[in-house]
This record gives sequence, structure tokens and C-alpha cells, in this order.
Amino acid sequence: MKLSPYFLALLCPIILLSSCKKDSNEVTADAKSTFSIEFENQVNGSPLVLNTNTYQNAKGEDFKINVFKYYVSNIKLSKADGTTYLIPESYFLIDASKAESTNITLKDVPVGDYTKIEYTIGVDYARNFAGAQTGALDPINGMFWTWNSGYIFVKFEGTSPQSPATANALTFHIGGVTDPNNTIRTFATEINAANPLRVRTDGKPNMHFIVNAAALFTGKTDISFSTLYFTMGGANSVIVANNYADGLFRLDHIHN
Amino acid sequence: MLLLSIALMYACSKSEDEVTPEEKKITFSVPSNFPAPVYNFEDNKLSNAGFALGKKLFYDARLSADKSVSCGSCHQQFAAFTQLDHKVSHGVNNCQGKRNTPPLFNLAWQKAFFWDGGVKNIETSPLNAITDACEMGTDIQTIIAFLKNTAPYPDLFKQAFGSTEINSQLVLKSIAQFTAVLVSGNSKYDKVMRKEAGISFTSTEQAGYNLFKDKCTSCHAEPFFTDFSYRSNGLDLMSSDEGRSHITGVASDFGKFRVPTLRNIEYTSPYMHDGRFYSLDEVLEHYNSGVKASANLDVQLKTGIPLSITEKEQIKAFLKTLTDNEFIKNKLYAES
Ligand code: HEC
Ligand code: HEC
Repeated sequence: MKLSPYFLALLCPIILLSSCKKDSNEVTADAKSTFSIEFENQVNGSPLVLNTNTYQNAKGEDFKINVFKYYVSNIKLSKADGTTYLIPESYFLIDASKAESTNITLKDVPVGDYTKIEYTIGVDYARNFAGAQTGALDPINGMFWTWNSGYIFVKFEGTSPQSPATANALTFHIGGVTDPNNTIRTFATEINAANPLRVRTDGKPNMHFIVNAAALFTGKTDISFSTLYFTMGGANSVIVANNYADGLFRLDHIHN
Repeated sequence: MLLLSIALMYACSKSEDEVTPEEKKITFSVPSNFPAPVYNFEDNKLSNAGFALGKKLFYDARLSADKSVSCGSCHQQFAAFTQLDHKVSHGVNNCQGKRNTPPLFNLAWQKAFFWDGGVKNIETSPLNAITDACEMGTDIQTIIAFLKNTAPYPDLFKQAFGSTEINSQLVLKSIAQFTAVLVSGNSKYDKVMRKEAGISFTSTEQAGYNLFKDKCTSCHAEPFFTDFSYRSNGLDLMSSDEGRSHITGVASDFGKFRVPTLRNIEYTSPYMHDGRFYSLDEVLEHYNSGVKASANLDVQLKTGIPLSITEKEQIKAFLKTLTDNEFIKNKLYAES
């Protein structure tokens, strides 16, 4: 039998319609829900308190913190079977001076048991060169360089008696996406398979990360504020990024 | 095809009713002798309302700290959107910047902006001027608060983007609808290249063009008269401005600047990144006898570019064919 193309054209939507219907019956398969992540800012185990508290770096030098802000983006979850889910448009700016920014909510995540989480510390290459952005990436947030366009991934400002800069300032603006001074770093952590991140329609789990601001100054290279106290991109920013790549975040626990 | 002609008919009939230039449908047109643009309005749909808003912002001095400086103060249309007679930019509180203001046209073909290529997207390129203490000296928060409280801006944002919401993204997108539409491709040179009827070079211009192709196009490449690379043409033994290395951190980029376009060069004096030369004669004499052996001097200029008096006159005659009066005088781009 020779089917007329018009007949086929008629048939197509019918097939599509019926396949849609089938999907909606199996609603559980692609159900979505929400989870949250709390970033608890600390310095070597003590709560991070801006402006007043004094901390010490690995070299034993005192410092205070006035500004501590960082981007977490492109959050990706993996299941034990190796399948992954990249949360679309996941760009978050965590700011130690804004309590509400330290608890982020991720919506429309497929339900399931996730055993690994990874994310970019900073902002991916493409968005650094993209047109005007909004939300967490709005230049209004003070995390965008206007003279060498691109995002500041981690911004740390403070003081240390060791710093030879005016007013003993510490200025660590870490960013830059082109080699050899690329500072994009990815953080990944396995989640205990016995207590995975259980995203469920009837539960909203919370992941709790400890964020150690002192990790900028130790790890691969112990930094002395007498020699490194100012960086805005470039080779010194890479030293700092290599430090915090592993040490900045630690998954503490999950409330399922 | 049918749709297109209906659209055209509509556009025609409309512009007949209303004679104000703004009512003409704003289009972004690629001259036939140009390649495909880098910026193509994909994420920023061009509309008359968006363009009109961008233009209004561009010319509004109230956006600056002391309400004295607009984008248009430094980027003046009669000077192809550079700042006439200013070696370096002149901003709020009579502050002098460190670099010569570049002209604004054919920006949609640029992958990077500023003399050192530090800015990567046309949409984000006004941010530095807005926040620089020496240019407009303000910040985006202040501008947004001003726009929210100043009629007719909320209405204009609504017409352009469908909502009275005003944020930095929409401010920057509307400004880009103005700046990216600035296309200069109707100079005599373009018409000769496109073999438009009745237009040809004089013999002096033709001789200048031949010399130019021989001595200059390796850097000032057609059709933009720049290859968009960063080079040193030997202005100083030791540059006081780092130039490109400020962005790359690479020593071999020290003292290099983007090869500037030469379109509309007749109107964009003074010349070079610091505006040191007031005339084309001075520029040509620099290539003839003034090239300094700076550390990163371009190899092509090791022995300068010897030019006789006649050759200089011929090159100058050719450079003047790059003037696009239709662009300079286009009322669509003027402050209204
Ligand atoms: C005080 C003078 C001044 C003001 C005001 C000013 N600019 Fe500029 N503009 C400059 C200078 C100088 C540069 C080059 C900067 C550099 O290379 O470091 C520039 C560069 C640019 C560029 C990049 C051009 C290129 O080819 O690289 C664009 C686009 C631009 N300005 C748009 C704007 C807009 C839009 C505004 C208003 C919001 C504005 N400018 C306000 C002086 C000014
Ligand atoms: C090796 C590359 C190179 C060659 C060859 C070259 N130029 Fe240039 N030209 C440059 C660079 C780079 C600049 C900007 C330098 C700066 O400001 O630091 C420039 C600037 C200019 C300017 C100033 C433009 C402005 O808007 O400020 C003019 C005019 C000019 N060149 C004309 C010519 C002519 C005419 C020739 C041929 C006789 C020529 N150039 C050959 C690289 C070159």
C-alpha cells in the first residue's frame, strides 16, 4: 500500500499525542523535587565573623576578613550507576555578609539517590565572555572586572599586620580563564553510599558544606602575607586557586 | 517572500505617514563587502524601541557622577564617535583619562574591545566607562535607581523589553542595540570595492591604494583596516602604558596595542593610543623616520616604512576615501 504523505502527516501528531499520554502515566519516572545546600563559612574550624575576629594563616600570621564572596556554578549530581544530571543555569554567589546567600535551593532536580556532587568554583569559560548577565552574574554584585572582562571567582579582602600594602590591606581577587593563568577549578566529592543525597517528592534534603576561608592561603603553597597580599588575576591568583581547589569545601553531612 | 514584501510595504507606508527618522525600521545591515559579524543580536532582539532607549541612554549626561558627561561626550558622531581634539579621554570633574577614545562603528565585527583587548563583549564594554572615576565616575546601582525614578525611562524599558523592570542587563542590552547598529560601510572606498556605478578612484587615490596594499594592509587589513591583532609600531623605546600585557601578563605583549581601524581616519584625530599625533602627516612621518626600536617592535617595522613626499600624498588621498559621510551625518544616530 502506498500511503499518501498527507495521511502520514495526519498520523504523526496522533502518534505524538499518544506517546505523551503514556509519559504522563509513568509520572514517577521523571518526577522532580528540590534540595538545598548550606555553605557554612568558617576559618580553620571557627565561625567566620567579618571585620572583628582575628585568625591565623598557616605561617602563623594574623589576619581579619572584611569581604568573602565566591561563586559556585554548574552543579552536577551523579548516581551510583554513573548517570549524571547537570542542574541548568546553576549560578550562585555566596557572600559571607549576606546570611540568606549561604543557603541555596536547587529546584526541579530529578528524584533519585545521588552519590557524588561536583561544581565549578567560579564561573565557566563561556559566561566570562558572554553578553550582559543578570541574577548571580549581574555585574552589580561587584564580582565583574570591567577592564579585563570576566568574573572574580573568589573575592577575599581583609587586613594583616604583615601586609606591606596601604592600611595593611589584603586583596585577593581570584579570576581569569585563559592559560597560563586559568583559575577555573572544579570541586567534587563522593557522598557516602549508605546515606546518599535522597531527592524525593516527599522530602527536601539539605547538604551541609563547611567552607574554610583559610584554605586560600595553604595547601599546595603556604602563603605569607608579607610577600603575597594583592592579586587580581595572573600567576599569583593561580597559586591561590590551586590552594583552594581542594581545601575550600568539605561535605560535612546530609539531612535527608 | 510574500511575507517579506508585506513587511516592506508596511514599513514603507509607515515611514510615509510619520516623517520622524526614528520611525524608520531600525535594521542591522551587513555591507556586501563585509564578512559575517561576530555579534548578531541573537540574544538581544533588535527593535526600534530598544534602539531608541539605547540611544537615549547613550546621550544622557545625567547618568554620570556630576551630570556633565554622557557616552556621547567622549564618543561624538561628527568625529565618527571618538572625542575630537582630545589626546586622551576627558571625563567627569575635568579628569583626563590615560587613553585616546576609540571611534565607535563596526563594533559588531570585533571580538575584543579597548586598546588592549581587555573587554570581550560589546554588551559589557560600557561598564568600565560608567565606573571609571575618570570617565563617568558612577556605578550601575546609582544609574538604575535614577532610571527607575525618572520618566519616561520606565515606559521606555516597557516598550523595549515588555516590562518596566530595569536592571543592568537591560541597560547594557539596550545600549548595545545602539552601538552595534553603528555600521560604517559607505565610504568611497566601499563603493569602489562594490563596483557601484559611476564611482572610481582618482589616479592619486589609486596610487595610494596600491602603496597601502603594499605597505600597510599586513596590519591594517581590509575591509576593517585592522586585523584586530595587538602590535607595537614603535612609538616609544619604552612605553609608559603596558598595553596588551596588562591583560595577558605576558612580557612579549608589553607596549602592544590593537591595530586601530583607519575608516573615517580623516575625522578621528588625534591618533594613536595616547593621541600623540594630531595629523596624518605626523603619522606618516612616524612610519617614515620615527619608528623606535622598542622591545616588542613588530618585525615588519624594523626599518620603518620609507615614504617619499609623493607617496605620502598618495596614501593620504587614499585614506580620505575611507571617510563615510553618510555615517557621520546619519540623523538616526544623532542626539535627538
Ligand atoms: C570620559 C570619556 C568616555 C566616556 C564618558 C565613555 N567612553 Fe567609551 N571609551 C573611552 C575610552 C578612552 C575608551 C578606550 C579605553 C581603553 O582602551 O582603555 C573607550 C572605549 C569604548 C568602547 C570600546 C571601543 C573599541 O573599539 O574597543 C565602547 C564600545 C565604548 N567605549 C562605549 C561607551 C559607552 C556606551 C559609553 C557610555 C555608557 C561610553 N563609552 C562612555 C572613553 C569614554
Ligand atoms: C606592523 C603593523 C603595522 C603596519 C605595517 C602599519 N601600521 Fe599603522 N598602526 C599599527 C598599530 C599597532 C597602531 C596603533 C599604535 C598605538 O596606538 O600604540 C597603528 C596606528 C596607525 C594610525 C593611527 C590610527 C588611530 O586611529 O589612532 C594610522 C593613521 C596608521 N597606523 C596608518 C598606517 C599606514 C598609512 C601604514 C602604512 C604606511 C601603517 N599604518 C602601517 C600597526 C601598523
